[in-house]
Amino acid sequence: MRPVYMIAGGMTKFAKASPDKDFRYMVKEAFDYAMNDVPNLTLDMIDGSVASYFSDHFTRQLMAAIMVQDYLGLCPKPSRRQEGGGATGGLNFQAAWESIASGRMEVCLAFGFETMSHVNTWKGNEFIALASDTNFDYPVGGFYSGYYAMMVRRHMHEFGTTVEQMAKVSVKNHGNALHNPWSQYPMDITVEDVRKSEMVADPLTRLDICVMSDGAAACILCSEEALEKYKLTDKPVRVIGVGCGTDTMRLADRPHGKVVLLPHETESDYKHLKYPGVHSFRGGRNAAKLAYKMAGIGNPLEELDFVELHDAYTSSEIQTYEDLGLCKYGEGGSFIEDGHSSLTGKMPVNPSGGLLACGHPVGATGLMQAVVAFWQLQGTIGKHCGGDAFLQLKNPKRGLIHSHAGTGTYITCTVLERGF
Amino acid sequence: MADNLKDGLDRDFKMLEVESGTVVYNVDPLIVKYHYEVDYIHSYCQDSPWFRGLMNGQLLGSKCVKCGYVFTTPRSHCMECGAKTEWVELPTEGTIHTWTTCYFGGQEFLKETPYHLILVEFEGANTLLLTRLMGVPVGQVKIGMKVKARFRRLSKISPTDVYFVPA
Repeated sequence: MRPVYMIAGGMTKFAKASPDKDFRYMVKEAFDYAMNDVPNLTLDMIDGSVASYFSDHFTRQLMAAIMVQDYLGLCPKPSRRQEGGGATGGLNFQAAWESIASGRMEVCLAFGFETMSHVNTWKGNEFIALASDTNFDYPVGGFYSGYYAMMVRRHMHEFGTTVEQMAKVSVKNHGNALHNPWSQYPMDITVEDVRKSEMVADPLTRLDICVMSDGAAACILCSEEALEKYKLTDKPVRVIGVGCGTDTMRLADRPHGKVVLLPHETESDYKHLKYPGVHSFRGGRNAAKLAYKMAGIGNPLEELDFVELHDAYTSSEIQTYEDLGLCKYGEGGSFIEDGHSSLTGKMPVNPSGGLLACGHPVGATGLMQAVVAFWQLQGTIGKHCGGDAFLQLKNPKRGLIHSHAGTGTYITCTVLERGF
Repeated sequence: MADNLKDGLDRDFKMLEVESGTVVYNVDPLIVKYHYEVDYIHSYCQDSPWFRGLMNGQLLGSKCVKCGYVFTTPRSHCMECGAKTEWVELPTEGTIHTWTTCYFGGQEFLKETPYHLILVEFEGANTLLLTRLMGVPVGQVKIGMKVKARFRRLSKISPTDVYFVPA
């Protein structure tokens, strides 16, 4: 495998509905934004693309990605679609990495989109619920907020996690987004606001849950050779670790065995914990383990500067702190409570505002995380956020992006490092 | 033959006008209602005995013939060792492993809210069962509660043919 760099990124402002622009137009907007950032790169230098969108139901169009490929003027170059639920965007970023690392392409575009406004929220819940077992889970009345509610209820039972700790994630992420002009729902709210908002699936309220969105994002990756030959940017970001993990489609089928350990943990840390059960994401732990191994990371809390993770629910942000080894299993609640994941904490998590505040146009989400992480590592947050550099972390060297599907069925972790 | 049809080509052809229309939500941009519906010919395939079991008031699970792992929700091959499984009858009493009360849901289930979803643990089984809990008022569901299976008298050929009530 050879070194791979991200050289540009772009996105649309995520919105509840974008009836003026279809998915092709939205991707074109995100793509042009990225292209404008690398003026030496021309369309003919792009060897091909990889595409991500989650649901054919939302799009009401099969093979929608080829319509984007032709709209962008990339035909007859190679392209293919990635699909893996909520992790679709993260999987797609890794597909672009593979295209370059393998030597198949020198410059590769990863684009993603989702247009969820085309049905009402209840139908949308149903479409997303069809990404759970349609013989055994969906017909019982299963839907994703219900599944996550059951998972966190068990997390609370095992570890004493509280609804106030969960609410603090919502307060933090919506608050960060006040300085992110690309976000859909920036909000200045309190723990009380979160608890008083409508109950969706006990204990998750409306403000514990991300919203549905229309949006697109694009990332351009290239080889070291292309970077130097075409002088594409003097602020490249290197992809130094990729990992992926999976778990059973049905939550009910998760085993109760031994914890998958990270390098800085020992078996004695978890003598009595039955793992993953329904309280933890074994796939997330596996994705992190593989990404850390490739990146040579021994202790993530010491060796990463920030994390953009898949907070579709406040509860899943807390659960993911643990899967990523930012703290031990069971300590996720106190990790947020003690302020460690705030913008000024020892590990800023979701400085962008995350899915909770940015929105979650599924196929674009994982790429959006890559774009904001890329800007962080470049030190260009201010430039890309209308001059507001409030969210710019001081001199970050390494960041992790985390994309997550289903009840933890597909999960990707990718480590990005400043390459200049 | 009419003058306009003399060579078999109808240059005055008119599309039949019909009075059915399209629901328009907005004019600029133009937003319309698009209806889509489909009936599937859906087989439960190798899981069919599980659904037939519910019709007979039996809750079946799968037991690995090689390693003995017991799956509450059925599967024909063992996830642990890959061997075939055989059907076993599960106990009809179990314990709530976790729960939620849903106030929203997919469109199909909105009319049933609020409803409880639970994952049930069974003695002698290694995995759980997702099911509905009935007969417990909102606010009174607890982890560890003992529950027992009940079966619909008139089967719907659905996993909701079994549901649980307090034991």
